[in-house]
Amino acid sequence: MGIDKITLSVIQAGLQQVCDEMDLTFSRAAFSPVISEANDRSDGIYAAESGDLIAQGIGGLPVFVGTMEYSTRELIRLINEGKVDKPYEDDIYIVNDPYLGGTHLMDVRFVKPYFRKGKIFCWLSNTGHWPDIGGSVPGGFSASATAVEQEGLRLPPVKLFKKGKLDNEIYSIICSNIRVADQRIGDVKAQEAALLVGEERLNILLDKYGDDIVKQSIAELRNAASDQMKSMIQEIPEGIYKSSAWVDSDGVVNEPLEIKLSITKKKEELEFDFSGSSKPCKGPMNSVLATTLSSVYLAIRHIFPEVPINGGAFIPLKVKRPLNTFLDAHYPRPVSGCAAEVSQRIAEAVFIALVEVLPLRVTAAPAGTSGNFALGGFNEDTNSDFVMYQLSGGGYGGNSDHDGLANGCSTIGISKAPPVEIMEQKFPVLYHHYALHEGSGGAGKQRGGFGLDYKLEILCNNAQASFVMDHGRYGPQGAMGGLDGQVNVVNVQQSKKVYTPIHLSKEQDIQLTKGDTVHVKTPGGGGYGHPFERNELLVLKDVKEKKYSIKEATKLFGVCINEKDFEIDQKETKLLRKN
Amino acid sequence: MKKNKTNSEKFNVLGIDVGGTFTDLIYVNKENNVIEFAKVPTTSENQAFGVMNAIKKANLDLNKVKLIVHGTTTSTNALLERKLSKTGFITTKGFRDIIELGRRTRPNSYGMHGKFVPIISRDLRFEVNERINASGKVITPLSELEVINATKKLLKLGCESVVIHFLHSYANNKHELKTLEIISKIWPNNYITMGHSLLSENREYERGVTAAINASVQPILEKYLNKLEKELVSNGYDGELLVMNGNGGTISSKLVIEEAAKTVMSGPASGVIAAAHTGKSSGTNNIITYDMGGTSTDVALIIGNEPSVSSDLEVEYGMPVHVPMVDVRTVGAGGGSIAKLNLAGLLEVGPESAGSKPGPICYGNGGIVPTISDANLLLGRLNISKIISDNKTVSLNYIKNIFNSSLGKGLGLDEVQTAQAVVKIANTKMAGAIRMVSISLGVDPRDFTLFAFGGAGPLHASSLAKELGIPKVLVPARPGITNALGCVVADLRQDFTKTLNVPLEKVNVIDLHAIFKKQKERGEELIKKQGLDLTEMSSSFTLDMQFIGQTHILRINLGNSKPNLKYIQQSFEDAYLRRFKVELPEIKANIVNINTTVQGHKSPLDITLLNNMSGKVLDVEDAILEYREVFFKDKFINTPIYSRDKLPFQFELKGPAIIEQMDTTTLIEPDDKVYGDDLGNIFIEVGDF
Repeated sequence: MGIDKITLSVIQAGLQQVCDEMDLTFSRAAFSPVISEANDRSDGIYAAESGDLIAQGIGGLPVFVGTMEYSTRELIRLINEGKVDKPYEDDIYIVNDPYLGGTHLMDVRFVKPYFRKGKIFCWLSNTGHWPDIGGSVPGGFSASATAVEQEGLRLPPVKLFKKGKLDNEIYSIICSNIRVADQRIGDVKAQEAALLVGEERLNILLDKYGDDIVKQSIAELRNAASDQMKSMIQEIPEGIYKSSAWVDSDGVVNEPLEIKLSITKKKEELEFDFSGSSKPCKGPMNSVLATTLSSVYLAIRHIFPEVPINGGAFIPLKVKRPLNTFLDAHYPRPVSGCAAEVSQRIAEAVFIALVEVLPLRVTAAPAGTSGNFALGGFNEDTNSDFVMYQLSGGGYGGNSDHDGLANGCSTIGISKAPPVEIMEQKFPVLYHHYALHEGSGGAGKQRGGFGLDYKLEILCNNAQASFVMDHGRYGPQGAMGGLDGQVNVVNVQQSKKVYTPIHLSKEQDIQLTKGDTVHVKTPGGGGYGHPFERNELLVLKDVKEKKYSIKEATKLFGVCINEKDFEIDQKETKLLRKN
Repeated sequence: MKKNKTNSEKFNVLGIDVGGTFTDLIYVNKENNVIEFAKVPTTSENQAFGVMNAIKKANLDLNKVKLIVHGTTTSTNALLERKLSKTGFITTKGFRDIIELGRRTRPNSYGMHGKFVPIISRDLRFEVNERINASGKVITPLSELEVINATKKLLKLGCESVVIHFLHSYANNKHELKTLEIISKIWPNNYITMGHSLLSENREYERGVTAAINASVQPILEKYLNKLEKELVSNGYDGELLVMNGNGGTISSKLVIEEAAKTVMSGPASGVIAAAHTGKSSGTNNIITYDMGGTSTDVALIIGNEPSVSSDLEVEYGMPVHVPMVDVRTVGAGGGSIAKLNLAGLLEVGPESAGSKPGPICYGNGGIVPTISDANLLLGRLNISKIISDNKTVSLNYIKNIFNSSLGKGLGLDEVQTAQAVVKIANTKMAGAIRMVSISLGVDPRDFTLFAFGGAGPLHASSLAKELGIPKVLVPARPGITNALGCVVADLRQDFTKTLNVPLEKVNVIDLHAIFKKQKERGEELIKKQGLDLTEMSSSFTLDMQFIGQTHILRINLGNSKPNLKYIQQSFEDAYLRRFKVELPEIKANIVNINTTVQGHKSPLDITLLNNMSGKVLDVEDAILEYREVFFKDKFINTPIYSRDKLPFQFELKGPAIIEQMDTTTLIEPDDKVYGDDLGNIFIEVGDF
């Protein structure tokens, strides 16, 4: 028999601590606001031979929960096949190839072998979202690429650090292929620092408990996480649960893409079958398998947050490879939308399939888009190029206990939005407003949260904009009788002419100049429960706060409010709600 | 209240700290060098009752008290329970929702649930035409008419306080000042807060929320202090009342209202201040404080007798209070934390707590779930007769049975092994929290002493120190009333921050020195205004720095107010390498904020007074009360139980041992060495046990 349960718990906490400290170091030292403020990064520990996930920082971006395991496995495979150079102490590999267990090209992974007594004990790895990776649009979120080459520089696993020293030749190749390269060294060092800190902490842990005990504990913790996930699954009755979710379009062909999901609960397992989903698409809304898997894992973890992040937790989750659909992209399919958008739609499909059988745990659909608006150009005031991201939140879904959160971050992220004041300081833009998207929360007994409504003006002569957002065609889905949230709306004003992108939420190569404006309203969350069951006083409160109009209160919630004194007309309300 | 009338004689100081459960009092009578203590239940509806009860219990004549220093949780509770005064918000057109939208996060990384209630609801937030850009230039002039109209509307709606919060006011405060001028003419009181006045930082959400919290707790804090002062005066008090701030300093009750947000989170700060003072008196400069109470544990870092102060703490999810506060981290593990098995069959402790009602099983108030305190009892570490004797509802067997049935069976352990496991898991969790304030900030625990206080701190300190590699534990004379002691020893303090955000190489060093000078003079002026008898004033100067392009900052301590640029560059590079283990010669440094702290020092308290001298014995052996079976590692050991009151100064003894006193129990493990210093502190040199 193995390790006592107490030592197990202690080692579990210790491994978690190592990852949390790596996360913290990475963010605090990073330069790019996408990492330092938005925490678009993750750090973890992976098994020496299998690449299995051992532990991952709790503050890491959820979408990386499964991708780094996948990519570490691919690296190990390539080393074993002799296709990638063997690891030595203090080497660090860099890789961003989406087809080798990645997301989009901007997510750059560092992988460092961790040696004990001359042998690899495990791997430390982290992912950081670089603000640019080359390609046809600044920021990398091409809305209409048709091949991965248009999306940026693709790196196979190569050693960026050899025995602790940065390889300046490889680094200069990278720098010659990306925008605003001069500050990249700061993020590279931050990413390295996180791994060095992790290594130091892991040394302390292993010195204290002994390599063998820790190794054995890791194996047992994997089993424990698997058992815990199995017990959680028992909350779901045996059966098949189906749902669909839609991506607006692929950015090239203006037709919705369908995610068709069927979840089978059988004994201790959940099987996820996406067959029948749309075919691989022309534009960049394809998802690589690693991202598809990761999206399922993170959705389940949102439902059962008690289970520790460890590869064992994924064992009872069986995802059938969605062959020949846009959820299993192969080279050279473009993929820039998979991490930020398709992943969230997969999570929505999981939520909607399970909300009726897990009504206390699952919410109606959240806004489910990263609201990516990228702007690149030349800033005359600072005499330099710039790449700016505006990632936005949206409303969360209502749930059995309360209304959805307003302006929550993406399902797959935990990002903080940068302050308006910092955006205006760093980039040539002026915000006209930054407000709640009124009326956007899906009506329900517990309504959806409200999205964001912002408008900004371009202050430089020459800029290029691109949008990769979603839920412009259909709003986030309501649940248990609740209504869908409002859709995402983009309006661009180009020298006095205002227009909406043909693909609603996706477009690139938009030339903008001084005085032009961009107006975005992000989706509200889906409502939960029938809106007529909503407490009238809560409806009145929302109307008084101008979150809904009096008309909307009547139409959506069946609450009649007198325009003059803001009193509820009880008689009329009763009548309305009866039907 | 009159100004204190003693300038020549020594103060008789009264410190009163209101905590979640107890109100603690400590009185230093410097005329005859006597100290009084009292501990009474906190009266949460009006904390003043508890304060007066404590004074009665200590049998004090308020006529003789010259100074009262008070720690209160009035603002904190009002904020957390959202029992705030009705507050209006006047802001830049287009931005009234800033304090509701937040920074687009969710409370937990995993789980799509989450609630957020803004400090000021949308119908009380009004917009006016005005706009200043990022470089401080006015691009839309202020509409004074709209300000007047909005103010009138807010008054009509019954607002008691108001916030003025304009975009980029840190860069140019002209519009906020003008608006203040306009509102002041109509507003019936002084509860008007400008966004830039508490912090001049370039984050509109954090600045706005801080201002909103300030305005909405002002009336509540002022009413409370008025009530308290009335009570004190009617009981014969005619001295000065000082209030603890979250920065660990004190401020006159007359000045505290203006920056009421600074009292939020003042509770844990006073304990840290007491630790710093005790450490300084005993020559212990680097301390990690460890305050374990009933529901949670607070930890903080003190380097060179200076508690770490941070300006970016959150009171709860989405609720940043960006004013300088002692950097105290809280972890959900206290004596009442509940132990349970999770679905994988692994043992978990906390964060759920049995609280004070029903509390641990051993309290006999109906608790039925195993807690850390119960585990300590089963291990013989707590005195059964002291805890259980008062109530007959609970027996040791009863507790054993619960441990067996709810935990032991699943773990395959007997009740004692289970209890030991509960303590071990709790220690691991607390060690994690301590690591986050120490090791993860680049601090080596081997250079530190663990300062254990709170009801349960000294019980866990020795094994925690071993877990963390901390060589020494300090248990002060009165661990249970450390917060009240903090009130007594805290100095007057003013903090100033100015945002500069300029590359180091472009900084005009003469301007920098001028800013430090101005901040110092302003601080000294405010402190002098409070009219207390102080021994001296001191100032310290820091810079918040980063490499150009970063968003996070690193705080650099400067030895003086006139550093040259080369020295600044070097100090920053050194600190960066220590923290992040990498160098960045490619990138230039940036000065973000210029900070000055000014302190007015009171005459230091002689902490030997905290000891009860009457009961001391000469021979350590005579301090033994009894022997008890206490569980260590794998067996029960017959362990001597010492009385803290009887132990002489400068004693020495070896573990295993237990030292009991009224307010705490100190556990000495086998292999530990213990000695007392000449001030009444106990030091444990931890062994390898």
